[in-house]
Order: sequence, then C-alpha cells, then structure tokens
Amino acid sequence: MELAEIGIKFALVAIIFGISLVVAMYSTYAERKIAAFFQDRVGPNRAGPFGILQPLADGAKMFLKEEIIPTNATPFLFIVGPSLAILTACIASAVIPWGQNVVIAGRTIPLQVTDINVGILYIFGVVSLGVYGVMIGGWASNNKYSLLGAIRAASQNISYEISMGLSIIALLLVTGTLSLGEIAQQQHGWHWNVIYQPVGFLLFLICSFAETNRTPFDLPECETELVGGYHTEYSSMKLGFYLFAEYINMFISSAVMVTLYWGSYNYPGMDYMNELLGATWGPLFGFAVMFTKVLLFIFFFMWVRWTIPRFRYDQLMDLGWKVLIPLAIANIVVTGIWITFFS
Amino acid sequence: MESLSNKKKVLEVKPLNFWERAYLPAIAKGLSITMGHFFKKPVTIQYPEQKREFSENYRGLHSLKRDENGKERCTACGLCALSCPAEAITMTAAERQKGEEHLYREEKYAAVYEINMLRCIFCGLCEEACPKEAIYLDGDIVQSDYLRKDFIYGKDKLVEAPLNQ
Repeated sequence: MELAEIGIKFALVAIIFGISLVVAMYSTYAERKIAAFFQDRVGPNRAGPFGILQPLADGAKMFLKEEIIPTNATPFLFIVGPSLAILTACIASAVIPWGQNVVIAGRTIPLQVTDINVGILYIFGVVSLGVYGVMIGGWASNNKYSLLGAIRAASQNISYEISMGLSIIALLLVTGTLSLGEIAQQQHGWHWNVIYQPVGFLLFLICSFAETNRTPFDLPECETELVGGYHTEYSSMKLGFYLFAEYINMFISSAVMVTLYWGSYNYPGMDYMNELLGATWGPLFGFAVMFTKVLLFIFFFMWVRWTIPRFRYDQLMDLGWKVLIPLAIANIVVTGIWITFFS
Repeated sequence: MESLSNKKKVLEVKPLNFWERAYLPAIAKGLSITMGHFFKKPVTIQYPEQKREFSENYRGLHSLKRDENGKERCTACGLCALSCPAEAITMTAAERQKGEEHLYREEKYAAVYEINMLRCIFCGLCEEACPKEAIYLDGDIVQSDYLRKDFIYGKDKLVEAPLNQ
C-alpha cells in the first residue's frame, strides 16, 4: 500500500471518529431538546442561541468535577471500565460503508475504512465486548447497586444477542454475504432489505434497543430501583465516558440498521443523481442521504425513549426468550422456504 | 341481593386478544400521541424575560404610600404589626419636628419600619388593618437573595418614590 493511500485511510478514520464524537455530543443536546418538545417544554436554551453550546458546557462541567475513586473500589478496573466502554463504542464504525467510492482529483476513495468479508461478525464481536465495560465498571465499584446493574446489563445483552444473531441469519439468507460493503451495494435503488425482511428488521430494532440500553430496556441504569445502576459510583469524566458511550452506541447501531435494512446510501433515483452530480458529488450526496437516515433513527430512539416506560425485569426476560427467539427462528424457517422455492 | 343504589357495574375480565398481547399497535398509538405533543406550542413562561400576568388583587411586595402632596401617610399606629399573624412587621415611632411638615402627614411618623419578608405570608391583613391607607401589597414578587438579613426590608425599600422625581 503506498503512502498516499495510508494517509487517506488515516484521514478517513479521523473524519469518521470526529463525526461520531460530534454526533454523540449533539445527541445529548438533541435528547434534552426532543424530550422537552415531547413534554411541551422549551429545553436547554441558555448557552448560546437555542442552547447549542450546551454540550460544550456539559463537557466542561464533566472535566472540572472532582474525580472520586471509592476506597473499596479496585482502582485499575474502575478506570478500565469506562475506557473499555468508550473504546468498543468507537471502533465499531470501522466496517460501516458510508457511501459509494468517491473520485477526488482522479483518485478513487472508498468511503469505508475497511471492507472485511466478515463485517457483520466484527460488529457482533465489538458489541458483545461493549458489555465488558459495563460489567467491569459495575464490579469494580464494590457497590451492590452497581453490581446489580452490571449483572442486569450482562444477562440482558446475552439474552438479546441471541435473537439479534438469529434475525441476522435470516438477512444473510437473503443477501448471501457477510460483508457490509456488498450488502450495501445489493440494496441499489429501492431494493432495501427491509422490504424482504420486515420481521427481521423489527427483531433487530428491538434487540438494538436492548443492546444499547435504551429506554424500554434501560434496566441496567434503572434509577427507581438501583440508584444509578452500574455507574452509581462514577463521577467526573469517567461517568461522562459511560454516558457518551451510550450515545455513540446509539449512533453506530442506527448506522448498522440503516446499512443492513434501510438501503444504506442507496435511494430511489440514485443513478440519475449520480450522472447529474458527477463522480465526486454523487457519492457524497449518497453519504448525506445515509446520514439523514441515521439521524432519523437516532430521533426514533429518542422518540421511543420519551414514550414507552421501562419493562419489569421478568417481562424483559420473557420477551427476550419466549417471544423474540421463537419469532426469529420462525423467520429463518419462512425465509429459508421462500428462498428455496421462489428464487 | 340487589344493591341499594343499583349503580354497581360488573366488569368482565377479558383476556387480551392477539394484537393487544403483541403490544405493537399500542406502542404505535403511544408514539402518535407523543408526536402530537411534539408540535404543540410549549407552555413555558421564560421567567426573567417574560412574566406571568398578575391578577388585579394579587398580593405582592408591600409599599408604604404617600398622600397627594407627597407626604408619608403612615403614622406608626402599630395596627398593622398587631394584625400581622406572622409577626413580620416592626416599627419605631417618632415625633415630627418643625420643618418636616412636607415629609410626614401627621405629627407622628414611623422612623423605622421593617418587614421581614421571610416571615410575611402575604395575607393582606396589614392592608385591611391600616386606618390611614398607608400600606398596600401592590408590588412585584420578593426578589431572591443570599442572606437572611437582606430579607428584612426597611423604609428604603418599602416607601413609594417621592412624587416629583
């Protein structure tokens, strides 16, 4: 690989990293603003016009707060927990295709950091690593509420990863590949996978709510029962990392859902637009389309959060094991029959 | 046995049907309700910039009134302090000296007049007790402050501004 290519890859990594951080930062602002609108309020509006400097103020506050490590906590693991959470949240974006190849100054640049042929498995691996951050943090705090939150997070993620994986198998029967880049290409125009896999998408959606610990499934940080859940003992920027990781996870899982089911960067009439805009701006427009879809999904995450109350723990387990897994298996069977006889 | 009022209503406990057990229609309904609120105008009154309008008979901060010539009406009779259920009012009376006729209406006036705003319950009994129509609760709300002593309002804060200024 020549030097220029390496430079371009690094630039791409930096840009994606920056975008996911900025999106996560402004997700916190959007969450508060959207929550306010759903509740007929105004929301944060004091820091800058419409309060758009609020995330910066929050960040400054987080950095300036006192660092507290409890006496009975395990200091090393206590710091490893949030670091691992934010690390795993950040590296999942490496395999997501953000657009078609862009031609800039005669050089073709893929808008995907790396198109490994087991992209989906990579995402699964990273997502299941994510729960270690929560587990280690909750365990190292040496606090019963933190521990309970961590145990809940672990058992919830294990339960929902199964049905998530099963819902993906049905998708793989349709696409025939594990590479996210190829899956994105296959959905050219309006051939989005959600048309062929509506049940699979629904399962994947529910499971990604559970995996990101978002509201109907936010039992690991259930305030009414567990004080703060796994991050009860955390303060300052270590707490900030946990909260930040949740928003990055939300961004990444939105991007994964868009890539797998909602046509990635594809949109009806994209061939015409690509001819019209040329080889540079056409794919970038596709990126804008994908980004809009991702933002809509983030909005959906927040919309659900401010609508649906949290599950009871046994209901959560019932839903995971008794409803979603049988449904996912039925989905696989039906998809398999359909593939065998009709295509 | 028939009930006396005949208002008893026997409710049937019906098992949930398939769609009710699937929750998804209910969730969609809930989402549409919250989306309805999303586009509603917020009910917030942004306080320091906007203020809620007070009603005509709102009882706010006290003011000690002057008469039509700009003289203080209060004669330090002490009826307001006596009527005050929260014992928030204290005063010290003084005799009007020669040359002070343009300041005080009667021969006696309040040299010190203090209301503790932390004790005051804004009931308006001082207003009703006053024979000289000298005190009215027609002001704004009491401003916040840091120290308890700053909530004891003296004449500097209570007396109306002089007429020709």
